[in-house]
Amino acid sequence: MVEHSVAATQAVVTLDVALPGIIWGWIITVNMWAKSIGTGVVLVGAYLLYRHKKEDMPSLRWIVPTVSFVALNIFLLFTLIDLHQPYRMINIFLHPHWTSAITVGAWMASLFTGLITVMMLIGVMDAFPDFRRHCAIGKVARANSSLYEKVFPFVVFLAIPVTLYTAIIMAESSARELWQAPTEMMQMMLAAFMAGASALIFFSDSWSASIRRDLAFVLAISVAASFGMYMGEYFFSFKAAEAEATLEFVHSGGEYFGQFWTAMTIGYILPFLLSISVIKKENTTILKVAAIAALIGLYMAKDVWLKIPQLLPLS
Amino acid sequence: MKLGFLVDLNLCMGCKGCEIACKVENEVPLSSWRLRVKYLDVGTFPTTTRNFTPLRCNHCENAPCERICPVSALHYLDNGIVNIDNERCIGCAGCMMACPYGAIYMDPETNTADKCTYCAHRVEGGMMPACVTACPVEANIFGDLDDPKSHISDYIAHHQNNGGVQVRKPEKGTEPKHFYVGGGNQTLNPLAHQRIEGYSLFNNITHLKHVGEPNHGIIDRFMAPFTSHDEEGGH
Repeated sequence: MVEHSVAATQAVVTLDVALPGIIWGWIITVNMWAKSIGTGVVLVGAYLLYRHKKEDMPSLRWIVPTVSFVALNIFLLFTLIDLHQPYRMINIFLHPHWTSAITVGAWMASLFTGLITVMMLIGVMDAFPDFRRHCAIGKVARANSSLYEKVFPFVVFLAIPVTLYTAIIMAESSARELWQAPTEMMQMMLAAFMAGASALIFFSDSWSASIRRDLAFVLAISVAASFGMYMGEYFFSFKAAEAEATLEFVHSGGEYFGQFWTAMTIGYILPFLLSISVIKKENTTILKVAAIAALIGLYMAKDVWLKIPQLLPLS
Repeated sequence: MKLGFLVDLNLCMGCKGCEIACKVENEVPLSSWRLRVKYLDVGTFPTTTRNFTPLRCNHCENAPCERICPVSALHYLDNGIVNIDNERCIGCAGCMMACPYGAIYMDPETNTADKCTYCAHRVEGGMMPACVTACPVEANIFGDLDDPKSHISDYIAHHQNNGGVQVRKPEKGTEPKHFYVGGGNQTLNPLAHQRIEGYSLFNNITHLKHVGEPNHGIIDRFMAPFTSHDEEGGH
């Protein structure tokens, strides 16, 4: 009984209803993880095009929109299945409420996915001329091949707010103080670069060593910066009472302590060390191991950061 | 008109009459609450006190739930009530993440968000909210904050000296329109007391194992429009 286990002068709840547990769970973690890949490949792809000649990586033209398309559809699917009334998703378009980052994000992500779909169709049809040669969609895509280059800059620009809007949703979730930190915006951006670089590493075998070195560089910088920010929040926090109380769920040991430090080790420290070694000495296998580790660690870290603020009683 | 609520915790005796009246009036399902009375024990024996805190939606003037709702299911009425249209709600639970007071729940029967509306349907008909009517000691005071002659304005004026009138989590900037007299940090701040899971003096302090309808899996969410509750045996 509580009177034997609690210091007597403390206030103790002795009668109350059951409070909700974790409301946004693993489905939202997958949602954020997949979106990081979907926008990250576009951002990292743009960086590679800025640094290298496109003739050095011809497959990039169809790989970027295809990987992004797959990831974005996973993101949209998990957005939909997390709704308790999935068919009413249409209300976001029929009755939009523009102060909500969910609404703004849904519109931007839909536009982004639409443009990525167009780019994927053109990219794939151009890369594989014999594929669907007599199909109407294939003919239209090939006839409008130049549209790809016109749309691409806009898609790169749009990838930034699509990456960041989840941080705004978290900022609007004013009951969860841990997410109110401005660092959340940077963490989203770094997660996109981490995930984007990791995804493109799997397709980089036919590209030059200098391109792979650039991918390793992007991965190393993004995991190092993200790790530094996590450590800053973990050890120093921003001294808000609820954020401090939330971090206690990690500091005090247990399930989330283990998951957090496993994520930091697998997803951040290990990929950083491996990427640095690849920058010094080319090794495609090690680079792929770094990419896999970063993607696993990113999921685990996002999962912890999503769930721990929801463990705090609000009333 | 700006409707507000005040609870005088000095008067509340924890009878839970308001809680039951709310449940009955609004047909609030099992495992859910729009209004609850929390018991809190403070002190060292024999100088212990038992405190009762009724908790409901604060109908904030700057409501985070209204701001985050993507479809305006949560909206302001002209009288200041933060109302909810559960025909429009998509069940994203954004409002549950935004409300700093944990006052919103996912209705397990409709699988949409729901909360206290200050009994907007009764207020529209000129009646008081059900919890006000049920309170045997008139600890619940409801009325127009814009009217200086209203009972609630008068009550606030008489008690506001020396911090006698409080709101929950003022630092959140939500400007709640739900006030407390006789409250303290321990009763109003959830971080100032311990909520230890397990069997306590009265009941099992615990967490809900589900959000919305139990066993409402991903497939069920998509099948729901094609299967009625009657076919499943009803609730």
